[in-house]
Amino acid sequence: MKIIVCIKQVPARDSQLRVAPSGAWIQEADLSYEINEPDAYALEEGLQLKEKHGGEVVVLCAGPERAAQTIREALAKGADRAIHIEEELGAFDPLGAARLLAAALAPEKPDLVLTGLQSDDLGYGQTGVILAELMGLPHGTIIMQVEKLNGSIRVKRELEDGWFQHVEMPLPALLTIQSGINKLRYATLMGIKKAKGKEIRRVAAADLGVAPGAACIQLSRVYAPSRSKQTQLFEGPPKEAAAKLVEKLKFEARVI
Amino acid sequence: MSILVVMEQRAIQGPPAWNRMSWETLAAGQQLARELGQPVSAAVLGQGIAGLAAELADKKLDHVYAVEHDLLKDYTPDTYTAALRQLVEHAHASIVVFPHTYQVRDFLPKLATALGRVAVSDVVAHRIEDGKPVLVRQLFQGKLNVDVRFAGDPPYFASLQAGAYRADKIEAGSAAVEKFAPQLTASRIKPLEMFREAARAVDLTAAEIIVSVGRGIKEADNIPIVQKLADALGAELAASRPICDSGWLPMERQVGSSGQTVAPKMYLAVGISGAIQHLVGMKGSKTIVAINKDANAPIFEVADYGIVGDLFQVVPALVEEIKKAKGA
Repeated sequence: MKIIVCIKQVPARDSQLRVAPSGAWIQEADLSYEINEPDAYALEEGLQLKEKHGGEVVVLCAGPERAAQTIREALAKGADRAIHIEEELGAFDPLGAARLLAAALAPEKPDLVLTGLQSDDLGYGQTGVILAELMGLPHGTIIMQVEKLNGSIRVKRELEDGWFQHVEMPLPALLTIQSGINKLRYATLMGIKKAKGKEIRRVAAADLGVAPGAACIQLSRVYAPSRSKQTQLFEGPPKEAAAKLVEKLKFEARVI
Repeated sequence: MSILVVMEQRAIQGPPAWNRMSWETLAAGQQLARELGQPVSAAVLGQGIAGLAAELADKKLDHVYAVEHDLLKDYTPDTYTAALRQLVEHAHASIVVFPHTYQVRDFLPKLATALGRVAVSDVVAHRIEDGKPVLVRQLFQGKLNVDVRFAGDPPYFASLQAGAYRADKIEAGSAAVEKFAPQLTASRIKPLEMFREAARAVDLTAAEIIVSVGRGIKEADNIPIVQKLADALGAELAASRPICDSGWLPMERQVGSSGQTVAPKMYLAVGISGAIQHLVGMKGSKTIVAINKDANAPIFEVADYGIVGDLFQVVPALVEEIKKAKGA
């Protein structure tokens, strides 16, 4: 089974984010980056499916030069090779970004395409489904289990309120993977060594014949959200802060 | 030019029933229609949904579209996309709004792509500028907001976050129900049974006090630190999704959009940053307390009380103070 896993590099989870002076995006200069967490689960699912059924896992990533680090980490975990669409994505809306991915994917003729269910930065939760539509593939979202059948797959979709549903669809197909579907592996020393010899094919948007085009949506201003509640914050040494909080909980909120 | 609200129904156990978030979306659709001076209509898709459509007939709406077809009985993204594509054209809708449910997340990007558009997902608020809607959505798991404008030609698509609009603002009126029969072919995707995993042994919704733990706890071996706090308060222990994903606490203790929705007298969030998926599961709590090292964590936006600090120092101190207060 040829599996392509789409991964994205995003600012590390505990980053202190500052809005850029332009107000159009965040200051990226001193941030550190990591793989988008749901994509890490998609990669792990791809690796496990390959181990069970044989085949190849190809990692596909669109992003600037710095994304190469995240790609190398995916190769160290066991992906066989990678395609890096080396491009700043700022000018691409989700449809434009998916067009980039689709153009790189199509000649690969994958049996299965996996993505995380959403990104931790923009959080549209759309790229996978858009990609499926562009490629004419059936898809399933928020997937918690993948079982390969003969020429098709049976997946477990997460619904709301603790409900799930089994769904079957023919291959090739695209799935967006939910965090927690599996247990993530760490790269081994051997894996890191091997990764150095693995192929990373670099392409630019122009090579793929995809231009950003006219965006369907425009992000105009990024800002810190205003608080809906007046929060009473207690500071100082932990013991002092804790004592003040408990007093409030006892005499004001009356919950203790 | 008109607004179209796509309501959601599901038939999990028994006949089709509303997903309650739909009412918030209907209220938002009516508000947009007032602000933009456009008519608003609503649609419900499925099979055997005449009763649901009739429930919309006493709302202030231009049309109620009952989109009925045998192939819409069980949801698939293929059939829903095809049906809505035809309806959007039929209704001459310029703005189409949806509740941001798991089902909508499954088909809306497909529908928008089929029409060469991009949906604005997970909208938390909006305002009107120069006669056009400016939509607000969250970035970076709620740490920042962004204003989004539609570009190009309509139709425009948006899905609205749970709790962003109030269902009790719906205007009454009267509307004619129009049956709409889409042309559909069978989906490649075969939906099978819906099920719940083993019955929930823990009913968090019954708890008066909940102590909930998030990523800040760092590792499974640290869970007893918050368990002690829960014990001191006589509280149930709960968690955000990543904790349950990692197997540090069972899934049945998860609060949030994929877990339980709770509204206890006190909800104490320890080391939880407050991604929207978690907030929708607990923001109805009467008193919310947050302990987090990051003063900018979105959890503080909904908290009544908070301590910005290292939970490994704050929580043990809190346990001592609670014991003292209870002993007094």
